[in-house]
Amino acid sequence: MSENEKKDYGTLKVEAIRNGSVIDHIPAGRALQILRHFKILRQAATEQIPITVGLNLASNRSGTKDIIKIGDYFLDQKQVNQLAFLAPGSTINIIKDYKVVEKLRPSLPERVTGVFACPNANCITNRENTVDTCFTVYESKGEVMMKCHYCEKAFSQDIVCKNLK
Amino acid sequence: MANPLYGRDIISISELTRPEIELVLDTAKRLKEHPDHTLLRDRVIASCFFEASTRTRLSFETAIHRLGGQVIGFSDASNTSMSKKGETFADTIRIITSYADALVMRHPQEGASRLAAEVSKVPVINAGDGSNQHPSQTLLDLFTIFETQGRLDNLSIAFVGDLKYGRTVHSLAQALCHFGAKLHFVAPKQLAMPDYLVDELKEKGIVCEFHDSIEEILPELDILYMTRVQRERFDESEYHSIASKFILRAATLRDAKKNLKVLHPLPRIDEITMDVDDTPYAYYFQQAANGVYAREALLALVMNEEV
Repeated sequence: MSENEKKDYGTLKVEAIRNGSVIDHIPAGRALQILRHFKILRQAATEQIPITVGLNLASNRSGTKDIIKIGDYFLDQKQVNQLAFLAPGSTINIIKDYKVVEKLRPSLPERVTGVFACPNANCITNRENTVDTCFTVYESKGEVMMKCHYCEKAFSQDIVCKNLK
Repeated sequence: MANPLYGRDIISISELTRPEIELVLDTAKRLKEHPDHTLLRDRVIASCFFEASTRTRLSFETAIHRLGGQVIGFSDASNTSMSKKGETFADTIRIITSYADALVMRHPQEGASRLAAEVSKVPVINAGDGSNQHPSQTLLDLFTIFETQGRLDNLSIAFVGDLKYGRTVHSLAQALCHFGAKLHFVAPKQLAMPDYLVDELKEKGIVCEFHDSIEEILPELDILYMTRVQRERFDESEYHSIASKFILRAATLRDAKKNLKVLHPLPRIDEITMDVDDTPYAYYFQQAANGVYAREALLALVMNEEV
């Protein structure tokens, strides 16, 4: 498929929603992971929430991207901040009556609880299912690092984010 | 006013301030000179070692007895309900800490002591959690360094051997950030100090230098802290070529400063040859003995408002 064909294909498939949330500029391949993590698909099935998912669409910014449009569903700030890890660089638009009423950018939270498994296989959190993982987030030498509250090991954000619970 | 460690969990050395560390060391010195058999009177301390230990467990239990307390617990977790019946770790800790006034705990997994502290209603003292922290070892190391050097500030200290997995090295290096030490790391590349820890030390203003051999740095050292290069981490031929570089012999100490002391968390296998024991530099056995006083101090401060 040529770049132009790819662009047209992307434009045609993503429709506007009346009310809800649009998560744009998701790194290609992450959209389904996000839906799973926020348990949106389960909710969609019971409450008939309309969802449009675009995978591997053309993006001027990053080459390819994913996009999610969820009707009648509004992401809260906690979910938005989790997107800083799940989909770095993504943007969130809140739509009301087909208009963007709020643009949100995920910002790094100081702590992330219960989202990722600790990459350290010998961390107690990988043995005790009853405990939520907890990472402190900080920057070191221009890199986002995450330190496990329990085993005290620090990892780059990329390594931790591969371990979605 | 209660001492700042009263009722506290002691999980990670990084949570202790310089004045709190100094309080432990002063108390250890006092208890070494003037034993006090009343500080844990009528107290029951649980000593739960989920993995093998000789020095740490016995010195903690000796400390409890010397302070007049009583010990319950186990040194082998294989006979507990957790191991036999699948009880969760958290439930095991909830039960044990409902019987005792404090818990001293070692566990092979990192973070176990932190989790124990979160579910326990009584103070938890970490006696080693996997490769993570071993704060009471750090306190006895600092106590020994102070005892031999008369100060903790601005010392030149080399760590030798397994710096990647060695929790004693990690904890001591972090604690030395309070005292402006110059740190030298001598390790095979495969067992080098983790980058994130070196970054953390440098961010706190600690000078860190890296060397290929002990001789390279020996003449300027105040403390030479040896650790064991673990044979199981290498194949046999690789181990021999690496380990030979990180063995301390009496002859290696020829150019040492007079005040140099050699420390080791023990057990020593072959990284310090026996002829070093007879030199005035060897201090690792006194260091191990100091474990009782440092642990007495820690227990006394955690369990008493005033010591």
